[in-house]
Amino acid sequence: MSDKQKVDKTRRTLVVATSMLGGAASVGAAVPFVGSMLPSERAKAAGAPVEVDILAIAPGELRVFEWRGKPVWVIRRTAQMLESIVKSDPQLTDPGSAVPQQPDYATNQYRSRKPDVMVVEGVCTHLGCSPQLKPADAKAEMGADWLGGFYCACHGSKFDFAGRVYKGSPAPTNLVVPPYAFLSDTTILIGDDKKGA
Amino acid sequence: MSSRVMALWEWFDSRMPSVAEEWRKHAAEYYAPKNFNFWYYFGVLSMLVLVIQIVSGIFLTMNYKPDAALAFGSVEYIMRDVPGGWIIRYIHSTGGSAFFVVVYLHMFRSLLYGSHREPRELVWIFGVLIYLTLMGEAFLGYLLPWGQMSYWGAQVIVNLFSTVPFIGPDLALWIRGDYVVSDVTLNRFFALHVIALPLVLLGLVVAHILALHDVGSNNPDGIEIKKNKDAHGRPVDGIPFHPYYTVKDTAGAVVFLAIFCIVLFFMPEMGGYFLENNNFIPADSLKTPEHIAPLWYFTPYYSILRAVPPLFDSQFPGVLAMGVAVMVFFFLPWLDRSPVKSIRYRGPYWKGALAVFIFVFLMLGYLGLEPTTVWGQLGFDAFFLDTKDRATWVARACTVLYFAFFILMPWYTARDKVRPVPDRVTM
Repeated sequence: MSDKQKVDKTRRTLVVATSMLGGAASVGAAVPFVGSMLPSERAKAAGAPVEVDILAIAPGELRVFEWRGKPVWVIRRTAQMLESIVKSDPQLTDPGSAVPQQPDYATNQYRSRKPDVMVVEGVCTHLGCSPQLKPADAKAEMGADWLGGFYCACHGSKFDFAGRVYKGSPAPTNLVVPPYAFLSDTTILIGDDKKGA
Repeated sequence: MSSRVMALWEWFDSRMPSVAEEWRKHAAEYYAPKNFNFWYYFGVLSMLVLVIQIVSGIFLTMNYKPDAALAFGSVEYIMRDVPGGWIIRYIHSTGGSAFFVVVYLHMFRSLLYGSHREPRELVWIFGVLIYLTLMGEAFLGYLLPWGQMSYWGAQVIVNLFSTVPFIGPDLALWIRGDYVVSDVTLNRFFALHVIALPLVLLGLVVAHILALHDVGSNNPDGIEIKKNKDAHGRPVDGIPFHPYYTVKDTAGAVVFLAIFCIVLFFMPEMGGYFLENNNFIPADSLKTPEHIAPLWYFTPYYSILRAVPPLFDSQFPGVLAMGVAVMVFFFLPWLDRSPVKSIRYRGPYWKGALAVFIFVFLMLGYLGLEPTTVWGQLGFDAFFLDTKDRATWVARACTVLYFAFFILMPWYTARDKVRPVPDRVTM
C-alpha cells in the first residue's frame, strides 16, 4: 500500500493508546455487572443452625430438616440397617471415607458421631438431586442383592445407609455429613459443632 | 394501486431507497433452487414459531411474577383467572416444544442434503449457535413456573457447571447467586429469558439468513445452481423467492398451524411430554420428585450424561461428554469429506452411518425419559460390571456409536462409493 508512507505516526500512536484505554475501561465497567450476580449480603447471612429432637423420630424413619436451604436427613438406624452398612463395604467406591466429605468425628465406619443416629445432607454428590430412601425390601425395584439405602432417581446413583456411594453410580463421592453436635442424648444441633460435644 | 398510494410510495422510496433494495435482494430477486421439497419448510417455520414465542411471551410477562413466593401462583392465576390466559400460556409452552420439533427437522435436512458443506459453513455455524441459544432459552424459561421439575431441573443443570475443575463451585455459585437455587436465581433467569437471550437469538437469526443469502440456498441434489446462469446472470435452476416460495411457505405454515392448534386445543401437555406432570406441584427444595427427566428435546444428551461413569473421582467426564455431544455439531462441515453433498448421490457407508445415528439419537432420547432401571438388571455378574442396569449399558453402547458417527466421519465419507451428480437439478 502506498498509503503506508503517509501514516502519521503520532496520530496512529494516539489512536492505539485511546483504543487500549477504552478497552480497559470496558473491562472495568463489566466488573460491577459481573459482581452483581454474586450472592448478596442477605444470601450470605442466611443459614442458622437447626435444633432437632430425635426422640420424635421412629427407628428406621427418614426425617428431613432444612438447613441452609438444603435437605438434611436424620435417621435412627435400626440394627438391620447397621448390619447392611458392614455388608455393603466391598461394593462401594470409598468404603473407608477417605475423601473428606465429613467432619473428622464422622470419619468412621458409620460416618456418624453415634452409630444409631445418621445425619447426612440429602443432596446427591452427582448433580444435587435429593435421593430417596429405598429400604432392603425394595428388592423388586432395586435388584435381588439390594441391601437397602438410598437411590437418586435423577441419574441412578445408589448409596448405603451411611451415605456411601456404590460403585457404578455417576456420583463420584459419598454424601456430605454436615457439622452437627449432640446438645443432649436426645437433641442434636445441625450446622454447628462448636457448642456441646 | 391508486395513484395517491403510488405517489406516497415514491415519496418514501426516494428518501429511503434501501427498503426496496433489501426487498429485492432478499425476496423478489433472491433466486432459490426450484426443486425445494418438503424438508425446506422448516426454516421458515422456525421463524414463525419464534414470532409466536415472542408475542405470547410478551403477554405472559404482563401477569407473571418473577418471585419465588409468587411465581407458581401467578402462573395458576394466568391459567384460571386471566381472560384467555390459559391459551396464551399453552401457546407458549406448546411453542417451546414445537420450536425444537422444527429445528431438529431443519438440522436433519442439512444432514440429508449436505447443507452444512462448503460454502455454507458459516450458515451452519450460526445455525448451531441458534440451537445452543434455544437450549439456553428453553432451560431458563422452564424455571419460571417454579414447579418441582423447574426447580430440580435448574438444580441439576446449574450443578453441571460446578463439576468444571478448579473454578466449578464458584462458577455455579455465581450463576445461582445463592448457595441453592432460590428467589435470586429465579429473578435473574427471568431477566435472561425475556431480554438477554431473545436479543441474542434475533441477532443470530439475522446473521444466519444474511450468511445464507450471500452464498445462496442448497437443494435436495446438493448442486450449486449459481454455476449455471442465463444471459441475465440468473441461475437457470433458480426461481425468485417471492412470489414462488412465499406462496409455498404460506401453505406450509397453514398446515403447521393446523397441527399446532390440534395439540394446543386437545393435548397441550402432550401426556406429560410438553409440560411434565410434576411441574404442577410447587417447587420444594427438600424433596426431589420420584422420577425426574428433562423435557424430551434434551433427553439424548441427558442419557449421555447418565451413561458415562465417574472417572478420577469426578463426575466431570460425563458433563464433558454431554457438552462435546452438542459442540461436535460445529465441526460437521469439516468432518464430512464426501465428494458429494446430497444423500441422493452418497453411498452405503454414509447411508448406513446416518441410519445408525438416527436410531442411536432416538434411543438415547427414549432412555433419557425413563429411569435407568427401566429394563431391569443383567442376569450375570462380571468384574467389569460397575452397574447391572441393562438400560445403562444400552445407553453406553449408544453413546459410543453417537461419537463414532462423528469421529469416523472423515474416514467413511472419503471412502464411500458415490454416484455421479447431474449438472442440473432434478425435480
